Amino acid sequence: MLLVVEQFLNGLQFGLLLFLLAAGLTLVFGIMDLVNLAHGSLYMMGAYFAATFAAWTGSFLLGALLALGATLVLGIVLEMSALRHLYGRDHLDHVLATFGLILFFNEAVRLIWGPAGLALPLPVWLTVPVPILPGIHYPAYRLAIIVVALMVALLLYLGVMRTRIGMLIRAGASNREMIGALGINIKLLYTLVFGLGAALAGLAGLMQAPILTVQIGMGENILILAFVIVVIGGIGSIRGAFIAAISVGMIDTLGRAFLPNLLRQVLSSAAASTAAPALSSMLIYLVMAIVLVVRPEGLFPANRR
Amino acid sequence: MKTFTVSKAVTALMLAGLVLLPLYSQLSGNIFILTLFTRVIILALAAASLNLIMGFGGMMSFGHAAYLGIGGYAVGMLAQEGVGSGFIQFPVALAASAIYGLVIGALSLRTRGVYFIMITLAFAQMAYYVASGLARYGGDDGLTVYKRSDFSGLINLSNRTQFYYLCLGCLFAVIVLIWRIVNSRFGLVVQGLRSNEQRMQAIGFPAKRYQLVCFVISGMMCGLAGALLANNTDFISPAVMYWTRSGDLMVMVILGGMGTLFGPVMGAVVYLLLEEFLSQLTEYWALIMGPLLLLIVLFGRGGIMGLLGRLNRG
Repeated sequence: MLLVVEQFLNGLQFGLLLFLLAAGLTLVFGIMDLVNLAHGSLYMMGAYFAATFAAWTGSFLLGALLALGATLVLGIVLEMSALRHLYGRDHLDHVLATFGLILFFNEAVRLIWGPAGLALPLPVWLTVPVPILPGIHYPAYRLAIIVVALMVALLLYLGVMRTRIGMLIRAGASNREMIGALGINIKLLYTLVFGLGAALAGLAGLMQAPILTVQIGMGENILILAFVIVVIGGIGSIRGAFIAAISVGMIDTLGRAFLPNLLRQVLSSAAASTAAPALSSMLIYLVMAIVLVVRPEGLFPANRR
Repeated sequence: MKTFTVSKAVTALMLAGLVLLPLYSQLSGNIFILTLFTRVIILALAAASLNLIMGFGGMMSFGHAAYLGIGGYAVGMLAQEGVGSGFIQFPVALAASAIYGLVIGALSLRTRGVYFIMITLAFAQMAYYVASGLARYGGDDGLTVYKRSDFSGLINLSNRTQFYYLCLGCLFAVIVLIWRIVNSRFGLVVQGLRSNEQRMQAIGFPAKRYQLVCFVISGMMCGLAGALLANNTDFISPAVMYWTRSGDLMVMVILGGMGTLFGPVMGAVVYLLLEEFLSQLTEYWALIMGPLLLLIVLFGRGGIMGLLGRLNRG
């Protein structure tokens, strides 16, 4: 029971983190039609910024806030200097150009921070276990991630669904030419959306930083997961990204936790321990394959024709 | 078609250079250059296979490195289990690549555009994780191939020069095959599908079936490259399937010129030599390579072949 609740919360936390990453990705896809592989680099930069600023200021929260601002600025600079020139180009060009950016970011980080990873220590008040149900404790920091990510998701939902900017963003996602023709400053909107996506990626990175080590290439594995989520959810759909992210987080975490035991009931213990790690890491890709067979455009495609 | 063009001259020069390279290596005693170029040729073969679906077929696969791993693991696993004959290893490598291509292709081709790019990427990443989970075959650390494929006296893969010419022969054979495919009825249908899928379907061609066959052929070619690669490095690890490898292959194709016969070869030569050169220049070579890629994408349309074509027109 304890394990089930704990793993359930872990899955939720991981899923929410993935959502922060996937939301930025799907917005940039949906609105600018830009495939941004370097999104994972922004996640990594968020973590590196947070580790650095926290060490400078001596405060975790202050470091996190500064890092959030820094990734926002970095995203805007990146958009204005390089990515802006890629709009309207072939998707393949996007893939290549942002692939080049990943090489650049990884190498720049190695040059500045060195090849060894960094650690981002937590303040004491975030390390204590918190009782959530009678007899069940859960680490405060992971709980904090869940709360912050849920709040951001809610803000994002309200922002996109209830405000004027959000309306423009949705309009941009469904018909880009039209919104430009209606006299909206599309350039500014694009820069803004990209900056927002960057900040979300940075937030995910800096929140994950204390749990994992901050290291080069940390953004790449999770980026692939974010892609899977965007594909499952449907490009450009925030709602799709949310549902897909939570599902992927849950399936991945629960699969890794319980699949070995489940397999042991069916197979011999030796065969189960060989098959389980491979099978549990394949699980989400299998889910994706099934979704694509049923709905090739994802669960909630944003721009239906 | 007998007219002289700059791109033809450069291509002929490059091919002649590749054929004569072992001679130079022998005379100058520079063994390293032969090893380097064996790798270049194998990856050029992989790039050429990717070009078949990407350049001619319009299928932007971002997971092509998976075949390098599948071909390589077929050789490595069989060698580990005591099957050393190349006559078994290579057909198994091709068959495994074909099966993977068939399953992945059937699923991925249901989608198009960005979805296709990401699906192929995700499946390759899945293959990467599966390989990392193969505890019996080294898992994350990879698998050493203690004995190269044995072709029972026909050709000795442990001899550098013979192995080099085997790889070069494979590359030429694949390019000829691609040339034949592209100019066949089948190839024209696939290229037609790249230009306008709806129209081709309206004419009555089963689009997906043609694309799937093309996808599988390309995968088998890349599987061959993988089997050669495992023999070249005497080692196979999940790292060859990592998604940055797929990215490298794409870069080679684009750099050389997508949809041209020899472009990918040229792209592979230039990209890998540039990587070699920059990494000797500075430890942080990717710091230059990354922005360079960005510039190539922004300003170098059509790759090297496109550039040479423009030179010709003056």
